[in-house]
Amino acid sequence: MAATLDINGKPVTVQAAPETPLLWVLRDELGLTGTKYGCGIAQCGACTVHANGTAIRSCQAPIGSLAGVKITTIEGLEGRHPVQAAWVKLDVPQCGYCQSGQIMSATALLAKTPKPSDGDIDAAMSGNICRCGAYQRIRAAIKDAAGVVAA
Amino acid sequence: MNAPFKALAKLRPSRREMIVVSAAAAGGALLVGCSPADILSIGADNKHFGPFGPFLRIDADGTVTVVSKHIEFGQGSHASLAAMVAEELDADWDKLKVAQAGANAKVYANLDQGAQGTGGSSAIHNSWDQLRKVGAATRAMFVTAAADRWKVHANEISVANGVVAHPSGQSATFADLVANAAKVKPPGSPKLKDPKAYTLIGTNRVRRKDSLAKATGTARFTQDVHLPNMLTAMVAHSPRFGGKVKSFDADAAKKIPGVVDVFKIPSGVAVTAQNTFAARQGRDALKVEWDDDKAETRGSDAILAAYHDLASGKTAATDKLKWQPFDSHGVGVAPGAGKVVEVAYDFPFLAHAPMEPMNCVAEIGGGKNKLTSGSQIPTLDQLNTGMIVGALPGSVEIETLFAGGSFGRRANFQSDYAAECVHIAKHVGGGRPVKLVWTREDDMTGGYYRPMVHHAVRVTLGADGYPAHWRHRIVSQSVMKGSPMPSKGVDESAVEGVSGSPYLKATPVVDAQAILPDSPIPVLWWRSVGATHTAFVMEHTIDQLARAAGKDPIDYRRALYTKAGADRHLVALSLALEKAGLNPAPGYTRGVAAHESFGSVVVQIAEVKLDGGVPKVGRVVTAIDCGTAISPDQVAAQMEGGTCFGLSAALFGQITLKDGVVDQKNFDAYRVLRMNEAPHVETYIVPSGAHPSGVGEPGTPVIAPAVANAILAITGKPTTSLPFVKA
Repeated sequence: MAATLDINGKPVTVQAAPETPLLWVLRDELGLTGTKYGCGIAQCGACTVHANGTAIRSCQAPIGSLAGVKITTIEGLEGRHPVQAAWVKLDVPQCGYCQSGQIMSATALLAKTPKPSDGDIDAAMSGNICRCGAYQRIRAAIKDAAGVVAA
Repeated sequence: MNAPFKALAKLRPSRREMIVVSAAAAGGALLVGCSPADILSIGADNKHFGPFGPFLRIDADGTVTVVSKHIEFGQGSHASLAAMVAEELDADWDKLKVAQAGANAKVYANLDQGAQGTGGSSAIHNSWDQLRKVGAATRAMFVTAAADRWKVHANEISVANGVVAHPSGQSATFADLVANAAKVKPPGSPKLKDPKAYTLIGTNRVRRKDSLAKATGTARFTQDVHLPNMLTAMVAHSPRFGGKVKSFDADAAKKIPGVVDVFKIPSGVAVTAQNTFAARQGRDALKVEWDDDKAETRGSDAILAAYHDLASGKTAATDKLKWQPFDSHGVGVAPGAGKVVEVAYDFPFLAHAPMEPMNCVAEIGGGKNKLTSGSQIPTLDQLNTGMIVGALPGSVEIETLFAGGSFGRRANFQSDYAAECVHIAKHVGGGRPVKLVWTREDDMTGGYYRPMVHHAVRVTLGADGYPAHWRHRIVSQSVMKGSPMPSKGVDESAVEGVSGSPYLKATPVVDAQAILPDSPIPVLWWRSVGATHTAFVMEHTIDQLARAAGKDPIDYRRALYTKAGADRHLVALSLALEKAGLNPAPGYTRGVAAHESFGSVVVQIAEVKLDGGVPKVGRVVTAIDCGTAISPDQVAAQMEGGTCFGLSAALFGQITLKDGVVDQKNFDAYRVLRMNEAPHVETYIVPSGAHPSGVGEPGTPVIAPAVANAILAITGKPTTSLPFVKA
């Protein structure tokens, strides 16, 4: 079954059933492996991508629901987002497996809330688990990218 | 301290394994007098490693690449290992690269452990002399090459940032000199720098090399491997540990588009498919009947009750299940008539739950035996693979990738998930790549947990208020049981931290014993191993003893450290107190804890408040003595992350079983720490020129008792079981 998706600004046709989660289409069909599988039930945020600019969990997004929706993955940031620069500046990642999802949540936050408070960061980022516990640096890097002075 | 991993040094393949190895080697006599590393590297392709040896490559364009024998799974050791070489080589740090070594037990053995592997917070410790010598020897080769070319004395030549220079004004890059340097005989015992001359080690210039790849989604994990013609596999496992396949019906599974095959393997029923989603659907469509004859059918409550009965003496020990003494002295002396403090603690099973669920890629057959995986102990993975496919362990090729966390899970004697993948790939045959993918549910219900543990402690205080008699009983499964190197005495991984405690050293009479009952539930080391429970027991008990004695818990510790000669504890405690300042943040109460593990002493002062009975942790001041800190920033990162890992388990972590079936299948039920619950950790490093010790694990075990001690100060009530927040 063919479906056409809008991924990182390009129309892409894939052969997959409409109930197939976007996550597996990205990873297995399109080779966009920056988006990670972590739990499959929208609990960990490792699979976070943007749908029309909003952070969503791609493991719970069947491709049949995404016609006409602009999807952006970590690859779509092209390594040029200030959040990515802040991640490198502060050496945020440890194992790194969750970081694509963290960055996609953080960039969606800053797009809507350019100067987030700690409460804004908690609200936007608490759906993304980091088992290495890099939370402190994630918070600091979001503030660094936003030009907000760290508390 | 890192007893279980140190035990790898004693790794000898068992008789059965030896038969396989010997048969494959076509002559057991070959093996006489060989070291384990020799045996395990038989069949290895001991390819030429280049003029600078197996740890360093310098290309014609001058690019310097340090080869890491240790896996990078978050702990940051790639950067610090590279810094050891770069410092002595005087390479340009900013341009230096790190590559991951393949599997070779002889060349890349962990010098603390004998086999190739990463664990016991030993990557930096065991490499410190080895890699500095690599850098220094190579530097000498470049200096000699330059001296020959310029006809000057070698001792007039300097090297900085990859440029070799002479006061006459002549200079050359590594690229200019590498062809000549490669021909110089490396010095046998190169002179190492005086640490005072370090320009890289100990500075915040030692930064991670993988942050950019990990911030752009380009870092390659096993989950990301796609090879031509690759199959993706999932396995239906018994819902009960020790269960076996009785029968299965694959009809529905085989009808799923994309499913290729369904077959039985030792650990369950495997489904191979064209992609992950099809494999998942196929696996879910399987109907399997399980034989629970030898399975664990008890619930965790029943197991814990059995532990209590052992500790209380209600269940007597037997010839097979004995109490084993450790660290005891003065036994037989009567406890005296002082105040008695009696307390018992329960700790649940814990899942490691790294972000990347277990997975492995294997290519078996057609002249190939290869794993691509986040291999934590490649030597064991080689051994287990060799046994399954009938090949020499050293001939099994392993490409080790970044792993999405491990926390101990990827290092086990059975190589459980890797072996499972090898069985599937062997069935598929022809060297066709198979990627085994475990779902989160597979990972969380798959066992290899931190054991459930019970401690019963009775301390009689002397007239001075300090412990005069300490009775300690520990009930736990043994991590080391069934390993190729079972412990002769008590399994140290179950008692370390009680064993070796300065408080016991300072106590005149100690009667400490452990009993290690068995179960089909597989258990494993979990970041900081024994300290995950022993640090809690010792540190929380000390605060209760201080209260019983009417003394300040910090003064109480200082007196005991002084008596025990625990100078590093004293220094770290003072540093933490100095940095913490006088008062906690408004509304918060402080708790203190200290623990030595993996050669490092960590002291934490945690500021805690109770929010509807739930502990909220704010500022955590951490002091660590880890010897020479190669990357202070990464030491801090490990204290931050280790604290979160320990706090996550302390607040929420527990795996429970009902009738042998694990209750928690995913992060909805196995709650872990999130952004809004994370503390702010400040790290202060005790200045030291000593040999570096561990940092990956020592940051984990201290936070739970620090929080419990704060709660004790707030409520007057001790914490007798974890997690703090029951589901």
